[in-house]
Amino acid sequence: MFRDAWLIAGKDLRIEMRSRVGLNQIVPFAVTVLVLFAFALDTDQEALRTYAPGLFWVTVLLASLLAIGRSFAVDLADGAADRLLLSGIDPISVFGGKAAAIAVQLVVLEVLLGAGVVLLFDVTVHRYGLLVCAGLAAAAGVATAGTLYGALVAGLGVRETLLPLLLLPVVAPVLIGATRAFQDAFGVAGAEGWAWLGLLAGFAAIYGVFGALSYGALLEEA
Amino acid sequence: MTTATTESTGSSEGIPATTSSKATKVLGWLTLGGFAVLVALAFAWVPEDTRITEQGDVVGQFDAVRLMFVHVPSAILAYTGFGLTFLASLAYLRWRTDWWDMMAHASAEIGVLFGVLTLVTGSIWGRPTWQTWWEWGDVRLVTTLVMVLVFIGYLAVRRIPADVAVKARRSAVIALVGAVNIVIVNRSVDWWENRTLHQQSTLIARKIRDETLFTLSFSFAVGMVLFAWLLLHRFRTAYLQSQIEELEVNEALAERRAEAGIDESPGGRP
Repeated sequence: MFRDAWLIAGKDLRIEMRSRVGLNQIVPFAVTVLVLFAFALDTDQEALRTYAPGLFWVTVLLASLLAIGRSFAVDLADGAADRLLLSGIDPISVFGGKAAAIAVQLVVLEVLLGAGVVLLFDVTVHRYGLLVCAGLAAAAGVATAGTLYGALVAGLGVRETLLPLLLLPVVAPVLIGATRAFQDAFGVAGAEGWAWLGLLAGFAAIYGVFGALSYGALLEEA
Repeated sequence: MTTATTESTGSSEGIPATTSSKATKVLGWLTLGGFAVLVALAFAWVPEDTRITEQGDVVGQFDAVRLMFVHVPSAILAYTGFGLTFLASLAYLRWRTDWWDMMAHASAEIGVLFGVLTLVTGSIWGRPTWQTWWEWGDVRLVTTLVMVLVFIGYLAVRRIPADVAVKARRSAVIALVGAVNIVIVNRSVDWWENRTLHQQSTLIARKIRDETLFTLSFSFAVGMVLFAWLLLHRFRTAYLQSQIEELEVNEALAERRAEAGIDESPGGRP
């Protein structure tokens, strides 16, 4: 099971490495959003520093829509999804592999955006451990929920417009939790950062289990 | 609950021309009559909400308390609608019958309708009572908003042109995930809110008057009848819609067969 999931994740990541859509399009898009936030909040460095955690995570969520949409668009091309189905790989492994690949891309995005926030919004990191753990847990949560919803809208004619509408309200708890954890890590507000990490981990676990269990039913008709 | 599914299918003769029946007529008149009584009770009988504090100040919700008789039943009907969608979706995934699919669809639409009504009336009530249209610190407010958004997404999926079975199955999964998500949103907003130590809703803490309590219970009853009336009509509309689609498919098949019959003549395409 883990070997198959590893294969799927490797496949998706290799496609990304070769096509570089993530690096050439999604990351620049995310940085542009950060710049737009700076324009929207004026030249007030203090406001940017205060709201940096929230702005960072809104940017990650918006960019994650592109990454998730891309992950499923790749599978639809040339009937790849059908062949994946015919290969006999357990749907749980497919779910795990796709979610892992999306999570890895999100972590890379978070690292680059994090550097952007430090440079552009003048943020200083106080708690590195919390920052890393919250970043990983939030990426896992968005990736598991995103993979589930990506599969739900895959193959429907209007998936580009439907995915944001379905996914964004669902990942609202990730935005709340990750923002609070980062506020603690950046030292901009007194928050129970480690408690919020629990929420993020719980979210990822629930959607991981739910996605893995329902993925078979969603794949068989696609 | 409804007789619509017992109608014969396949030809236009067996399909009823209306969603109305004896049951819906009774429910409709009960709703109208009940609503008239509710308006009279709410405006003429229930006194305005006031309280005199130890300092001698007159405080309370005043006339705004009357909004409660629309707001609270709306909220309960919204949650009933979403709860029914959740159960019907579970039942659909178990038995895979159109009946449960249509039930999930019908109740979700009614849920969204009353969910929006809840938010609007709550906002209008909040302005004089909390001095704000919207209060991010209130967990029920934010949870209801997210829930309505999730089910608006659900309804969007239902409107996609796609295979009926595919749409039904995906909608059912979305309804289940959405319902589970409501619990997570509720908990996270609750924690999020607690950092500000904002006051909880003012309704529970205050002792409620007898007239107000009776009118509120009466508004629940009227609301439930209205819910049943809407659900029956919406369910039958969904049923008729499916019958129309079936008829159109049959007609198109017959036409293609006729075309093929002509083409099969000597010299025509096989």
